[in-house]
Order: sequence, then structure tokens, then C-alpha cells
Amino acid sequence: MTLLALEDVACHFTTPAGVVRAVDGITLKIDPGETLALVGESGCGKSTLAWLILGLHPLTRGRISFKGQDISRLRGRGAKGFRARVQAVFQDPYSSLNPRLKVRTILAEPLLAHGAARRGVAAKINRALSLVGLPEMSADLYPHEFSGGQRQRIAIARALILEPDLVVLDEPISALDVSIRAQMLNLLQDLQGELGLAYLLIAHDLALVEHAARRVAVMYLGEIVEDGRTEALFDRPQHPYTQALLAAVPRPDPAHPRATGQIHGEVATALAPPSGCRFHPRCPKCMDVCTKTAPETTIVATEHQARCHLLDSRHVPGTRRGTIVG
Amino acid sequence: MLRVRDLKTHLYLKRGVVKAVDGVSFDLASGETLGLIGESGSGKTMTGLSLLGLPPKPAGRIVAGSIELDGRELVGLDEDVLAREVRGRQIAMISQDPMTSLNPVFTVGEQVAAPIRAHGMAFERSAMDLAVDELDRVRVPSAARRAGDYPHQFSGGMRQRVVAAMAIACRPRLLIADEPTSALDVTIQVQFMDLIEQIQTDTGAGILFITHDLGVAASLCHRIAVMYAGRIVETANVDKLYSSPLHPYTQGLLDSVPILGRRQKRLRSIAGNPPDPLSLPGGCAFHPRCPHASEICRKEAPPSVSVEGGNVACWLVADSGA
Repeated sequence: MTLLALEDVACHFTTPAGVVRAVDGITLKIDPGETLALVGESGCGKSTLAWLILGLHPLTRGRISFKGQDISRLRGRGAKGFRARVQAVFQDPYSSLNPRLKVRTILAEPLLAHGAARRGVAAKINRALSLVGLPEMSADLYPHEFSGGQRQRIAIARALILEPDLVVLDEPISALDVSIRAQMLNLLQDLQGELGLAYLLIAHDLALVEHAARRVAVMYLGEIVEDGRTEALFDRPQHPYTQALLAAVPRPDPAHPRATGQIHGEVATALAPPSGCRFHPRCPKCMDVCTKTAPETTIVATEHQARCHLLDSRHVPGTRRGTIVG
Repeated sequence: MLRVRDLKTHLYLKRGVVKAVDGVSFDLASGETLGLIGESGSGKTMTGLSLLGLPPKPAGRIVAGSIELDGRELVGLDEDVLAREVRGRQIAMISQDPMTSLNPVFTVGEQVAAPIRAHGMAFERSAMDLAVDELDRVRVPSAARRAGDYPHQFSGGMRQRVVAAMAIACRPRLLIADEPTSALDVTIQVQFMDLIEQIQTDTGAGILFITHDLGVAASLCHRIAVMYAGRIVETANVDKLYSSPLHPYTQGLLDSVPILGRRQKRLRSIAGNPPDPLSLPGGCAFHPRCPHASEICRKEAPPSVSVEGGNVACWLVADSGA
């Protein structure tokens, strides 16, 4: 059964400058035990989407269901029950841990907030610490007594202590030193195998995403422009934006040529998204229709779909006809 | 052009002395890009600031070593000579965060014109006209009009271009770029790397490119110096460094990053954590994390020995070569 499903989810913010369509009609699902990566440039709405999934901000439109139950309009006790099932690890372990609390208190907070019996708390804290590879004595120290990597381990322990089904990882390694990133990725991989966790991985580093995710969704200006199984999407990217993103990844190989001039310009503002396909002002393959009509979703293979007029036989003969899905 | 020898910059803190830069030596030629790679706390930014004569005050001090630019010794120069003749004129810097290196209450044109005025570089044309030329050179669209805009009216990528225009306004011999692409999205990052190369072709400046990103360094640099705990552990041509790294730390770094298309099941990680700068391990500072550490590594710091196309400070190499 699908663990988490989003149907046409939107989140618009009203600001003095106008309405910001941060997330604008997203449909996706996450199965138990899998990793779905959400990639895109800053401002594409990926962190807002994480907030919506965590129940930290109300939806403007759409529906989020967890194990078949609509949770987008839950309040009170029901919402609390769901929140225990979905936890988060944020980017910066220096700001996500309260410096005035000992690790023991930091780890006990979620348990007590969700009504755990005090008697079991100490054992659960020890187990969470051992899961993330920290000694039990860590519980009596403060966050500043740990390195960045160890702090992120504490943040992971806090996310796991309620035994959630889904953990939202918002750029979990990008604030860490290069030499400890691999440790953290391996730890997250081990925990997933051991505990059957599903991850929603928000990241801008595509090499990391290819390594860690089973499926990938590429966001651009509040919309998903392409999603699919990681190997398919990385081997046969269909959307010009995905192609440009992949080409732009700097590779630790001096012989690899830089993707010069692939796409020009910068991301438009979500205050006034471009007409038609939102990517069209930057697209090297932009056609007339792209400036006027938003593309439909085309299924290009099993579990692989993209929104681009180039994939639509009405505009480019010989390709498949667009199919609306979700 | 630039010759740095045994540079030591230490920070005198209440809790102790941090040897942030502890015996760094390298050369940089005109038109060359040298990548300085390392993690936070390895001393790469402090090396850049030392070249500018700007170790953090009051704790930081250059305690030893030599920095020669075109044969002129910079260590020990008077502060006002440094400010008048060197900083912003012969050596300029692009820092990581364009929002903090630009003043929010002045137009970008004013800010690019400021170093031109300060160093008396405007002769036939006004400093502002020259500033517009520089903004145009770094490809800020409609530069003449946008020179009147304020930093907050620019996107992150464009702000970084403004900072670059400011840095090259006086045609420095040496450009220090400290993580200039780290705050940018990948598609903008590519554009900025192109710009750096174009600036180098136009001005012939030598570039010290400080980064932790092995991919960016591979794409842009001619040579790489790898820093760990205040020292350069390996210097090599870029091809050599990536194809056959000699220092175990360099090897570990290259093994531990996921690479597009490689699809490893599991990454090989470097054990342990970066050292505490206040109490560095004795001997080779990397020895507690090194898979090859032996008795001598714990006792004595390895000398930097010449190898084909560079230098390595590791007992494995020093012993095998001896």
C-alpha cells in the first residue's frame, strides 16, 4: 500500500507583492521503505512541499493521504498521531538542536509530547543513540560538545525515536564536512534497511540523489516537470530542464567538459510564473506552443513521466501523445 | 608571480592557540588557477585572508613566513601601504556570500566605482563609466541602467557577478575566490565558472580558487593544493590529482563522494571526525583517521617531498622515495 500520496497539492502565499505560488499542483506518492528524492533549484518549492507534508503549513488546494487516510485537514489528536509517523531531519545541525538542552532532553521531548510512559524513555534514548552510532554517555552532554557530523546523528536519533514510517530529509548532508558526508549517507542507508523507513530526500546535489534515491521528482517553479525511477531518469532524462540540471553537475573529473551554454538566464519568480510551460524562457528547445500552453504529462515508460511539449505528438510528430495522469 | 613560503597564521584565543595556517607553501603563476581544497577549519580561508594581510583581528596574526607578489615581500608591510597599494589593487577577493560583501545602501555602480576611485584608476573617464564597463564585462544585462540599482534588486547569481566586477575593477594580479559558487544553484554555478575563466583570459590574473567542492575544482583549476589541519598535504596538477592521488586524505576524499553515473552500492567513507583545531593530533594530523598510519605518523609530522608534478606530505611517500 502507498504510504504517502499527494494529489494536486498547492500552497500559495499572499504577500504585499502578490500571490506566490510556491507549490502549484503536485501529485506524487511514496511507498513504504523507499527513498523518493525531490530535486530542483532554490525557490522551486521543494522545502515548502516538505512543510506541507510535515503538516507545518495548511494546503491551499489538494489532498495529502497517509496510509489511505486523508490527513490534510486533520486537527487535534488525529493530526498529532500522524505527526508521530512522519519526522524530519533538517540541513543545519547547529540550528536544529536547542543549545540549552542536554541530548537526553532533546531526545525525550518527542516521546513525552506524544504521551510515552516516562519509565520507558531512558531505554528508548539509549536505543536511538546506539542506532546512530553514538555512545550512551552522549545523553548527558550538550550539543556544543559535539562535532557537526555527531550533531546530525543526534538530529537523526531525535527523528527516529518515535519509530516513524517516513523521514523527511531536507538537505541532510550539505552543511556537513565533505569527509563525513559519506559516513552520514551510509548511516541513513543502514537505518533504512534496518527499520524499513521511507525517506523523502530533498537535495540539490544530483550525484547524491542518484546514489541514494529509488525514485526522483524534478521540480521547477512549484511544479514537478519529470519524475521516475532513478536509473531511467538519469539515463534517459526527457525534460530539457532535467537534461540541463544533469549536464550542469560539476564532476570530479578534469577531463569532463563543462556544460557551457546549456540553459541561460535564471529561475523566474513564483510571483509571476511565465505563461505556458514555466521553463520556456530558459529552454534551449522552446517552441511556439511552449509560450502559450502548459504541457500535459506524458508517460514515457513505466514509472517515468514528464511534462514537455516535445514529448507530445501533436507538436512533435512521431512521439507519444500526452496523457493526463494522477 | 605569487610565491608563498612557510606561511604561519595563528589565532590567539582565550582557550588556546589555533594554528590555522601552519607552514603553507605554494606558487601561483599569472593566468593560472590554483584550487585550494579542504573542509571547513582546514585553514583555506585563513590562507586567503593572510594573503590580503587581513587575518581576523585581534586574535589572528601572521607569525612567520613569506608572501612575495611579483618579487615584493608583503609580510611585514605597513598597514597603510597594504591598503593603498596592494589590497583591492594588486590582490582582490570574491567571497562566498555576495549579500554580505555588498553594502545594501549603495547602488552597485557606486560600489564597483569605489575601488577605482580609491586607487586613483580613473583618468580620462569617470569612475562610474568604468564601473559600468566592468558590470558589462561580467555580463550584467543592461549594465548602464542596472548600475543605479541596489543589491537587493539583483538575484544571487547577478550579485555574485557584481562582486566579481568590483574585484577585477583595478585589474588585480591575484584574484582570491573563496567558495564563490557554493551559494549558487548548479545551472547558475556553470555560468559563473565560465565567467571566472573569461575574466582570467581578459585580465591574465592568477586565481586562487578556494573550495570544498571537488567537482567545481576539477572543472576550473589547473593545479590543486589539498589542505588538512592548517597544512597543504598534497599539491598536484589537476589531472594527476584526480587520477592518481598520493595522500591518503586526498584518496579518501575522492573515494567518499558519490559520482554521477558510477552507481556504487555503498560509499567508502573516511573514518572519524575532522580534528579539533585547538588540540591537533601529534605527528601527521591525519593519522587518527588514516588507514595506513604507522608508528612514525604518530610521532613526527611528514616532510613535504617533491614528486612528479607536485608535492606530498606523507610518510608513505617520503619513505618509499628515500
